[in-house]
Amino acid sequence: MKQIGEPILTADRVTLAFGGVTALNEISFAIRRHEILAMIGPNGAGKTSMLNVINGFYHPQAGTITWKGATRRRMRPYHAAAQGIARTFQNVALFKGMTTLDNIMTGRLLQMRRNFLWQAIHFGPAEEEELAHRARVEQIIDFLEIQAIRKTPVGRLPYGLQKRVELGRALAMEPELLLLDEPMAGMNVEEKEDMCRFILDVNDEFGTTIALIEHDMGVVMDISDRVVVLDYGRKIADGPPDEVRTSPEVIAAYLGEEAGPHPNPNPRAVEGRGGG
Amino acid sequence: MTASTFAPLSNRQTAAAGSGVGGPDTFPKLLLEHAQLRPGRPANREKDYGIWQSWSWAEVAAEVEALACGLAAMGFRRGDKLAIIGDNRPRLYWAIAATQALGGIPVPIYQDSIADEMAFVLDHAEVRFAVAEDQEQVDKLVEIKERCPLLERVIFSDPRGMRHYDQHWLDDYAKVQERGRELARNEPGFFRGEIAKGQGSDTAIILYTSGTTGQPKGVVLSFDNIIITAKNAIEFEGLTDREEVLAYLPMAWIGEHIFSYAQAYCAGFCASCPESQATVMLDLRELGPTYFFAPPRIFETVLTQVMIRMEDAGWAKRRLFHFFLDFGRRVGPNILDRQRLPPLDRALYRIGEVLVYGPLKNTLGFSRIRIAYTAGEAIGPDLFTFYRSLGINLKQLYGMTESSVFLCIQRDGEAKPDTVGAPIKDVEIRIAEDGEVLFKSPGAFQCYYKNPEATAAAKRPDGWVHTGDSGFFDTDGQLKILDRARDVGRLQGGALFAPKFIENKLKFFPYIKEAVAFGDGRPFVAAFVNIDLEAVGDWAERRNLAYASYQELAAEEAVYDLVQGCIERVNRDLAAEPALAPSQIHRFLILHKELDADDGELTRTRKVRRRIIAERYQPLVEALYSGDAKGRIATEITFEDGRKGQMRAELAIRDIATDLPPAEPVPLMRAS
Repeated sequence: MKQIGEPILTADRVTLAFGGVTALNEISFAIRRHEILAMIGPNGAGKTSMLNVINGFYHPQAGTITWKGATRRRMRPYHAAAQGIARTFQNVALFKGMTTLDNIMTGRLLQMRRNFLWQAIHFGPAEEEELAHRARVEQIIDFLEIQAIRKTPVGRLPYGLQKRVELGRALAMEPELLLLDEPMAGMNVEEKEDMCRFILDVNDEFGTTIALIEHDMGVVMDISDRVVVLDYGRKIADGPPDEVRTSPEVIAAYLGEEAGPHPNPNPRAVEGRGGG
Repeated sequence: MTASTFAPLSNRQTAAAGSGVGGPDTFPKLLLEHAQLRPGRPANREKDYGIWQSWSWAEVAAEVEALACGLAAMGFRRGDKLAIIGDNRPRLYWAIAATQALGGIPVPIYQDSIADEMAFVLDHAEVRFAVAEDQEQVDKLVEIKERCPLLERVIFSDPRGMRHYDQHWLDDYAKVQERGRELARNEPGFFRGEIAKGQGSDTAIILYTSGTTGQPKGVVLSFDNIIITAKNAIEFEGLTDREEVLAYLPMAWIGEHIFSYAQAYCAGFCASCPESQATVMLDLRELGPTYFFAPPRIFETVLTQVMIRMEDAGWAKRRLFHFFLDFGRRVGPNILDRQRLPPLDRALYRIGEVLVYGPLKNTLGFSRIRIAYTAGEAIGPDLFTFYRSLGINLKQLYGMTESSVFLCIQRDGEAKPDTVGAPIKDVEIRIAEDGEVLFKSPGAFQCYYKNPEATAAAKRPDGWVHTGDSGFFDTDGQLKILDRARDVGRLQGGALFAPKFIENKLKFFPYIKEAVAFGDGRPFVAAFVNIDLEAVGDWAERRNLAYASYQELAAEEAVYDLVQGCIERVNRDLAAEPALAPSQIHRFLILHKELDADDGELTRTRKVRRRIIAERYQPLVEALYSGDAKGRIATEITFEDGRKGQMRAELAIRDIATDLPPAEPVPLMRAS
C-alpha cells in the first residue's frame, strides 16, 4: 500500500471575492504528499477558483497558501509551475494547431536550459538537451498510450484524447502536485475508465500528488483517498470517501433536504445536478 | 552495423541457396546459422518510444540464449509447453525460439481471448510456463490460475503496473534472462547442446484454431512440416534475406507464425513489430514492407480511407485521381500480368505512376511491395483489381493451419480475383467425389492434440487430408474454393450448389449487405437480399428518393431495380463458368428487415445462419419457389431494449433473366 505523507500544501482560511460575490469563504484544508484528493461540490461552489488560487492564477483577499513549507499570499502561475505545480483545464487548453508531440514538448519548456539562440542553431548542447527532453516526452506518450496520434494536430483529435494529451503536457513538467480540473468531463464510460487508470498509475508510478475536481461520483469514490466538499464557497466536509458519502450535510447540498440520508447516493443524480 | 549490411546485390542469398536440403532442421539451428552467416543483419525491429530499435541476428541469438538458459534454470524440461500471450513483440518471438531450443513446445494464445478461453487452452495443452506481454494478460492469468493447476510460472515482459503483484509464481522477463546469462557463463556449451538434441520430426508448435463449432482444436505441427513448406514457398516466390515484413497479425494465427517467424528464420529476413495495434498503418508506411499479408478486410479499410480522403481533395486532384484510377483498372493488371500493351497506354501508365499511383502507394506504405497476399476469405474482384491496377502484386493463396499454410499460390502474372492459384511444389490436391478438397503435403499436420477422433476424421489412412472445403479446378488449372463442404448441396438437376460462393459474389456489391441463397434440392437458385442502408440510403438521397425507414427503402421499386442490376451481373459471371452456370439466381426478394445477430439470424461474427433463416422465413422461401409475385410474412423481432414484437410485411418477388452474355467489366467502386 502507498504511504501518504505530511501535508505538502496547506490552504489556511483562504477567502476570495469577485466584487460582491464571495467565491471562497475561509477555506482551509491540506493536500498530503502522495494522496489523491478530490474536490467536489455543486456548480459555482468554488472548486475551480480554489485550483486557480493554488496555482497562483487568482490572488486571495485573505488567507495563505503554504507550499512545501513556504507561505505566500501572492504567486504567479509561472512560479507555481517552476516549483512543481502543474494543471489541466476544464476546457482543454492546448495549442490546437500543434501536434500531440509538440504540445507535450511545451511542458518541458521550463526545464530547457539553453536560450532561444542556442535552440535556434540546434547544435551541440542544445541538440543534446532537446534529445533528452524528447526521450522524456516519448516515455509519457508511451505511458498514456497515445503513440498513434504522436504527429496529429490536436485540433483534429476527439475530446477524450485531447484531455489525455493535456494530461501528458502536465506530466511533462514532472510536477510534484498535479491539479486536474474535471479530467473526465464529456467522456464516455470507456474513456473514463482509461483516464482513471492513468491517474492511478501516475500517482502510483511517479509518486505524484494529485488534486482533482470531478463530478462523476463513481469515479471520485473509486479513486480518491480523500474528498473535500465545497458548497457556495464554504467547505462542508473533508474526509475519506466513505465518511463524506454518508455526511448529512453533503447529501443535503447535493440531493436536497428531502432526499434524507442515503448510504449510497445515486451517482447519476449527483451528476445530473453538478455535471455542467 | 557490419560490412554485410552493405553487401552488393549479387551476394543476396535465397534461403534455398543458403541452407538447402540437409541444412538446419529446426528453428533454433537456423537461428545459430544466421548468427554466424549474417550476424550484423537485422533480425527483428520494434518501434519503441517513437524510434525503430533493431536487433541483429547475433543479438537475437544472444537474447534467445539468455531466455532459454533462464527457463532451464527455472526448471523447464524437454517436452514442456510454454504459452505465449500478447501483441507482436520481439521478446515474445524470442520466447518461441527459446522454448524450441530447449525441446519444449510453444503454444501461442490469442491475445484478445477472454480468461475462460485462455483457461481451456492452458489446461488442454498442459501448459507449465507462460510468457505474457503485460499487466493486462497477467491479470487474466491471475484470474484463472486456480483453475489451471498445471500452470506453474508466468513470465511478464512489460513490468509497468506490476510493482504490487506479489505472487511468487510471477517473474520478470529481464530477470529470467539475467539468471540465464549466469547459467550460460557457468555452462557455456549448454545452449548449443540443447539445440543439437532437436530434430526435424520433433513437434515445433501447437496452434489452437478457433473452431466455429465446439471447443478449439490444437493443431500439432513438426519442424519438418513448417520448415519444408515455408522453404518451398520461399523458393516459389524467390524471397531473399532482404525482405521486410511487418509482424502485426495475432501470433496465435498460423499465417502470422509462417510469415513473421518461420519464413523469416528460413530466409534470414527481418520481422518488424509495430509500436502498438493502433499505429499499424503508420508503422507500415514508415517501414515499407516488401512482403505483405493481410486479410481482405484490411485491404478494404485502406481503400475506404483513400476514397473518403479523396472526396475532400480539390477538384483538379479528384479528376486526376479518378481518371488514372479508371485507366489503371483497365491496363494496370495487364501490366502486372506481363501482357503486351499499346505503347501509348504504357506511356500513360508511366505518367499515372508519377502523378497518382506512386504517391498513393507511398502514402499507404506499399511502395516497395514485391509480393502481397490476401487469404482467409473471398476478396471482392473490384478490391483485388484496385490494388493490382496500382501495380501492387497482390495475389491469393490457399492454405490452413492443418497444412502449415501453403497449398496453392497464384503465380506472378496469373492472379485472378476468384481463384486461389495452383498447388505448389510437393503439394498434391485432389477433388473428392462430393467436391471436397483433399490434399497431401509435407506440411500436413501431425494430429489434433489429444483429439484422436477429430484427427482420424481429417487425416485418412490413405494419406489424404480432408479440408472440409468444397472446390474445383477451373479451366486454367487454378483451384476455386466454393464453400465449406457441409453447406454445399445440389440442385434438383444434380448440379453443384455452393451458397456462400454466390452470397459472397452478391456481397461484393456495396449496395448489398447480406444475402442468403437457397437451392439445395430445389429446381433453381433463389435469394434473399439485405440492402446496405448506408450505401443505398446515400444512393437514394442523390436521386431525391424519400424514405423513412429500412423497410420503406427496401420496398422501393427503384431499389429493386438497383439490386436486380447487381444480380444480373452475378449471373453473367456464373454463366461464364460451366460448373456454376446452373447456379444462376432466378428469383430474389429484398427482406423487409435487416438480418440481426440479436434475432439469432447471424452469428456474432456476422456469418449467416442459413438453417435458422430458412425456418423463420419459411413462407417467403415457399413464395420464391411457387412463382407468386408477392410473399407474405409475419416475423417476431427483438427490439434494442429486449422487448419482442411482431412485424408483418408483404414483399415483392422478382424474376431475373439468366444466361446473359458476359458483360464488359464496369468499375463499381466509386466513392459515394
